[in-house]
Amino acid sequence: MGFENLFLGFHIAVTPFNLFVAVVGIMLGTIIGVLPGLGGANGVAILLPLTFTMPPTSAIILLTSLYWGALFGGAITSILFNIPGEPWSVATTFDGYPLARQGQGGQALTAAFTSSFVGAFFSIVLITFFAPVLAEIALKFGPPEFFAIQFLTFSSFVGLGGGNPLKSLVSILLGFILAAVGLDIVTGQLRMTFGFTELMKGFDFIIAVIGLFGVGEILLSVEEGLKFQGTSTGMNLRVVLDTWKILPRYWRTFVRGSFIGFWMGFKPGGATPASFMSYAFAKRFSRNADRFGKGELEGVVAPETAAHAAGVAAMLPMITLGIPGSPTAAVMLGGLIIWGLQPGPMLFKEKPDFVWGLIASMYTGNIIGVLMVLAFVPFFAAILRIPFAILTPLIVVVCAVGSYAVHNSMIDVWYMVIFGVVGYVFKKLDYPLAPLVLALVLGDLAENALRQSLIMSQGSLAIFFARPISGVIMAVALLFFALPVVTPWWRRFRGGSVGTPAPRET
Amino acid sequence: MRAADLATAVVLMGLGGLVMFDAVRLGYDWGSDGPKSGFFPFWLAVALVVTSGLIVVQALRRHSPQPFVSREQLRPVLAVLVPATAMVLIMEVAGLYVASALYVAFYMRWVGRHRWITIALLALGLPIATFVIFERWFLVPMPKGPLEAWLGL
Repeated sequence: MGFENLFLGFHIAVTPFNLFVAVVGIMLGTIIGVLPGLGGANGVAILLPLTFTMPPTSAIILLTSLYWGALFGGAITSILFNIPGEPWSVATTFDGYPLARQGQGGQALTAAFTSSFVGAFFSIVLITFFAPVLAEIALKFGPPEFFAIQFLTFSSFVGLGGGNPLKSLVSILLGFILAAVGLDIVTGQLRMTFGFTELMKGFDFIIAVIGLFGVGEILLSVEEGLKFQGTSTGMNLRVVLDTWKILPRYWRTFVRGSFIGFWMGFKPGGATPASFMSYAFAKRFSRNADRFGKGELEGVVAPETAAHAAGVAAMLPMITLGIPGSPTAAVMLGGLIIWGLQPGPMLFKEKPDFVWGLIASMYTGNIIGVLMVLAFVPFFAAILRIPFAILTPLIVVVCAVGSYAVHNSMIDVWYMVIFGVVGYVFKKLDYPLAPLVLALVLGDLAENALRQSLIMSQGSLAIFFARPISGVIMAVALLFFALPVVTPWWRRFRGGSVGTPAPRET
Repeated sequence: MRAADLATAVVLMGLGGLVMFDAVRLGYDWGSDGPKSGFFPFWLAVALVVTSGLIVVQALRRHSPQPFVSREQLRPVLAVLVPATAMVLIMEVAGLYVASALYVAFYMRWVGRHRWITIALLALGLPIATFVIFERWFLVPMPKGPLEAWLGL
């Protein structure tokens, strides 16, 4: 298979400049992951304008490294401060924080970072082999297949996302509606502008990400009146080496977590349920099940492995199909378009250096990442000792700078404020934000795929079911949409087994 | 919580109605060469109205004693939101650098009660850092006002 391609990729990823970019990205990403109110998605969104002048491969390496850093950073706050920086690190707090309280924070952190690395590595290897195959298949896809895949994407938010399925659906619809505002490129008509010229260019999802996740999250965290009661890190080389001696004992948990993570991860919204599922499985099969929740190392290994495997797997549909699996991947996809690349299966044919550089950089980025976080944990943890009255305005200003820079337009900064308020209200009322952002990104693509399919079939919806590939995908998607209705009945029928709680992805 | 849930769902229903109204203007049926402009928005809006309607029903049937936001919770939220909005307003006239310096200084003094020296360092340091990174290194221009014009930047 394409080993020469991977070598080509390493040739690109291991240049001094690109390695430097990776180090900067991981550094910034970890800081962003540690800070409240900033996460992978809006961190990537804010830095996106800085990549406009960079070569595309270096730009994507910066953004993906930022993402790896943010994934690592989430574990630091979960373990030391009992604050999950990201929803998929919630399960890490269950055993990580008790361990830190018992003075074993160093052990927990080492286990978390190592597990993250193992999970990520597993997914990267699978991506290396599956991505070209998937892209090859996707080349044969027509508009109906693409629409079916997008339909599947959104059905999995409704069916597997947890929470209120109606509210997930509203988020999706709202995202699509916002995406439709402005000039309709097919007919040249203005839609839903109601005479306002400002609405002509529509809503940019990057602004939505910064507002909904950045400003909205800040408003939520000041409301909760965050106080960081940190424990010391207790990290040194001895602790790291000693923990590495224990970890191979949990190989079953590693394998299970990696598979769960990859399987859940390439579907959207997968990282959070994957981490909970992996935790639940580890607890069920562990000999020390009663110690879970009180400070069991395996309880840190399980969710971290799965969350990172899922986080990396979310990149697979992004590079092969042009359909992002998470809001962060969505922002990167937006970046691809800005850098002048056409996302989708053709990327493997037209820009092999970009794709393979990206895949190779996943290996280097995660290796650099795990070493950096292991070495600099005390530094990252110290960020949270900065007083809140300093962090809050800094983050708001950074969000404003990022929003303005995307299009050099003031209206975007106002949109950011509005999206911030909407994000705050939606989050409080349990409307998930990730589907809204993905719908906003995919809106035009989905609409075009739908229109073209309907033109092909002279207006009959049967086209989606008559073609074998789209038919199967549509059937699965409809099943997902039906899940929230069917599951309660099924539970009652089986005598009420309780599933794992899955909070929402952001 | 219930009132806020109801209000949001009703606003969303209204939004759906507005979109439907516009979609009808654009035409939501089959045109000469495929679906018209309003086709996709129309069915999205129909689905939005139906789904938010179901959420209204759901909210009406469920009681939640917990308020959406308490007075103590709202205060810090507004303390961030109102000055942030003011900052964006100032940005329109005075540019980003002046606005962000004022915002950082105001928030740190008013909420954090930090010492003036710390405030001065950060309120000046942040705009300068932004200027160097964005404007100089990455050539991304930021909105500027009279101060920058006077300094000749």
